[in-house]
Amino acid sequence: MDWMAWTWPTATFFTVIATLLIVFTVLAIRYPETPRVGILRIETTRGDRLFITLLGSAFINLAWLGVVGAGQPYALVVCLIYAAAVFRWV
Amino acid sequence: MEKTVNQKAWFLVLPVLLLVAFSAVIPLMTVVNYSVQDTFGNNQFFWAGLDWFREMLSSDRMWNALGRQLAFSGIILAIEVPLGIFVALNMPKSGFWASLCLVLMSLPLLIPWNVVGTIWQIFGRVDIGLLGYTLDAMGVSYNYTQDTLAAWITIVTMDVWHWTSLVALLAYAGLKSIPDAYYQAAKIDQASRWKVFRFIELPKMMGVLMIAILLRFMDSFMIYTEPFVVTGGGPGNATTLLSIDLVKMALGQFDLGPAAAFSIMYFLVILLISWVFYTVMTNLDRKGA
Repeated sequence: MDWMAWTWPTATFFTVIATLLIVFTVLAIRYPETPRVGILRIETTRGDRLFITLLGSAFINLAWLGVVGAGQPYALVVCLIYAAAVFRWV
Repeated sequence: MEKTVNQKAWFLVLPVLLLVAFSAVIPLMTVVNYSVQDTFGNNQFFWAGLDWFREMLSSDRMWNALGRQLAFSGIILAIEVPLGIFVALNMPKSGFWASLCLVLMSLPLLIPWNVVGTIWQIFGRVDIGLLGYTLDAMGVSYNYTQDTLAAWITIVTMDVWHWTSLVALLAYAGLKSIPDAYYQAAKIDQASRWKVFRFIELPKMMGVLMIAILLRFMDSFMIYTEPFVVTGGGPGNATTLLSIDLVKMALGQFDLGPAAAFSIMYFLVILLISWVFYTVMTNLDRKGA
């Protein structure tokens, strides 16, 4: 595993993503998903909304880094608000 | 007969999962690890945090390459899609000539990228290439190694030559699937050729066209070999598209950190655009059904 050059922050990052995927898989098995149409006018399931959240969060972080440039943890706060909005309205 | 639901079939996907893990997931994770560190080789890494991302986001080099890449993808889509539809509309519908057309059209698709690059590299040369020599003899100034416009025309023409048939074949398949009854109804209504195209053929082709656009966009957005063989990214940086720049950075300069940050952003853009296309496509399908 040495060649993969692991660091604690990246390991934590991937653990969080993996945990999210597992949690949502279990949720999907326990409580089967029902697609719904939100403000994007597209049919989304819970998994779709997770994907939109994660992808959007990546861009929010990049935009924060490029535009604000300091206090990166605050970008995560924006991501959380974004996530809540996606799961509520999309 | 009622179908039985058997989730065990998912186990059949395991080999693919394993393969994808080794060919895509693990390398991608490594790239993420590289993107937050600096190295001077020897497998020694130093923590760099988000510095590489910051550097890449403010680097003109990356934005310029992205601009060129978007321009390239936009231009080839704008040419290949209408041209492909036009070719498909004019292809014979059945018989010997239809088969011949299909075979001839699929020929460029079978040629490997580097060979296509070499063909056009030689074809365009002023000293020995048929195209370059002819243009030169006609008094047209054409030199793709020195002139930016000529270089762009060459790589765009090459891509159009290589991939228009894909769009045409997909559009042709879409056209063939339209039942004759639609055309008969249009004839009864005395619909013009344009109206038949606009209200029957185009909507019925929408699904395959979206696939064609998605495929062509993805392929052209990741294009490396062909322009690399023809122009090597030159003259200057005029045809240095994203992947060419990325390889220069990662392997030429061995700047693994910045290259990793660069490729993650590249990946995110591709992921976003693919998702948009996929969503539009599945929604179109649902409306069509």
